[in-house]
Amino acid sequence: MNLPIYLDNNATTPTDPRVVEAMIPYFTEFFGNAASRNHPFGWKAEEAVSYAREQIAALIGANEKEIIFTSGATESNNLALKGVYEMYAAKGNHFITVSTEHKAILDACKHLEKQGAEVTYLSVGEDGLLSVEQIAEAIKPNTVLVSVMYGNNELGVIQPIREIGALCKERGVLFHTDATQAVGKIPVDVMADHIDLMSFTAHKMYGPKGVGALYVRRKNPRVKVTAQLDGGGHERGMRSGTLNVTGIVGFGKACELCRLEMADEAKRLSALRDKLENALLTVEESYLNGNKANRLPHTTNISFKYVEGEGLMMGIKDIAVSSGSACTSASLEPSYVLKSLGLDDELAHSSLRFGLGRFTTEEEIDFTIKCVSDAVQRLRDMSPLWEMFKEGIDLKSIQWSEH
Amino acid sequence: MAYSDKVIDHYTNPRNIGTLDKSKNTVGTGLVGAPECGDVMRLQIEVNPETGVIEDAKFKTFGCGSAIASSSLATEWLKGKTVDQALEIDNMEIVEELALPPVKIHCSVLAEDAIRQAINDYRVKNGMEPMELESHH
Repeated sequence: MNLPIYLDNNATTPTDPRVVEAMIPYFTEFFGNAASRNHPFGWKAEEAVSYAREQIAALIGANEKEIIFTSGATESNNLALKGVYEMYAAKGNHFITVSTEHKAILDACKHLEKQGAEVTYLSVGEDGLLSVEQIAEAIKPNTVLVSVMYGNNELGVIQPIREIGALCKERGVLFHTDATQAVGKIPVDVMADHIDLMSFTAHKMYGPKGVGALYVRRKNPRVKVTAQLDGGGHERGMRSGTLNVTGIVGFGKACELCRLEMADEAKRLSALRDKLENALLTVEESYLNGNKANRLPHTTNISFKYVEGEGLMMGIKDIAVSSGSACTSASLEPSYVLKSLGLDDELAHSSLRFGLGRFTTEEEIDFTIKCVSDAVQRLRDMSPLWEMFKEGIDLKSIQWSEH
Repeated sequence: MAYSDKVIDHYTNPRNIGTLDKSKNTVGTGLVGAPECGDVMRLQIEVNPETGVIEDAKFKTFGCGSAIASSSLATEWLKGKTVDQALEIDNMEIVEELALPPVKIHCSVLAEDAIRQAINDYRVKNGMEPMELESHH
């Protein structure tokens, strides 16, 4: 077993060697511009892009013409929201989204609010889930788009996408989902789920960074978004810019591998995740964050009360994870996602997110269980809060000095 | 963010973790920070009433590595100093010693506050006027 151990696969995944192998010829040998229509270099690149489009479309049940390549999920989210806002301005200006969305959605919504959009931010229950009824109640005559994340990046909880999609279809409202964490991990089918627009990216599914896609439905209804970049009119006029052929080839290969291996891999990962989670939840005063039943197979988020997340991460330096603690971000605020669940700041500060992946082994999980349990114990031994808890002092009864 | 060697050293081998008997008149306790902010430090000193020298110092900290290191270092510096000398400890000395980055300066401020609160607790217990604590917040 090599150290450090990577358990931060929700941040990014390593590129699968089979993906790298598929990409290599497109750096040097087949380097053409896919938009060059008059010579074999261009044809070869165009052929590779078409093939990748098919591989990608096959994973999500789409038609290859519905795949718009972008630089990644952030761009896809921006294009979906801003593009729909401009394209459908005549129809209305009301968007519905959720407080636990990724910043690429929330900040794009804030940007649109400045331009005159009206945005409803729905809150989630303490398990991180939204109900279809909340959406139904929020839809108004001027509602244009509902945007709900498929699987949450911090908690792994999966929203009731199919029901939301069906509702939106029935009410004549467009439905976008940020499926960055879900595609390639669980079956996602844009037809069955009634998805009109969907953002996803290669580097969360063992493909390269810097390439993603926006699925844009072509039929029933035919959806269009206003381009956010001016230029050569690539990608059916919705996203200009020379295609990242090498990245797209890798993205295609990554999707194909996920399509073929996802079912077995999800079983393997959920068994490993459950082993890790069950063991860590036997640690006194540890709590699972988010709904347990509706979850991505590879993610768990646990708070270890009376231990601060960044301090804990330093104690498990051989394991790469992420924390909802303020100290890990520049903002000094703990995770807004955890706070959306109604978690005390204190518990949000004490959380760790484990994201397992294709290359995670059982040996690594066993090591992680031991290492995290030991570090929690060591830090509690030096935590004044733990001492007070053990003495039966209610921490809420103490007048803390703010700083 | 990479930690300095000194922060790592104090985090890995913290000096003077523990609890002094706060019911004793010779012991002063400072408890600063707040759980919802992600840092709580408890720093205690035991003073020789004859000499005014701090003979023991202990801490417990809930917080990041820099907070743990700041309080560990503070206890090291406190031991052997008189109460008056201890008041001279400035948070910027902690910043310098531990090479704390700007985003972690609040950890050193917290340690300085904890020292001052512990000294005040000792003073009040022994019939002295509490000092005016300048607020950093």
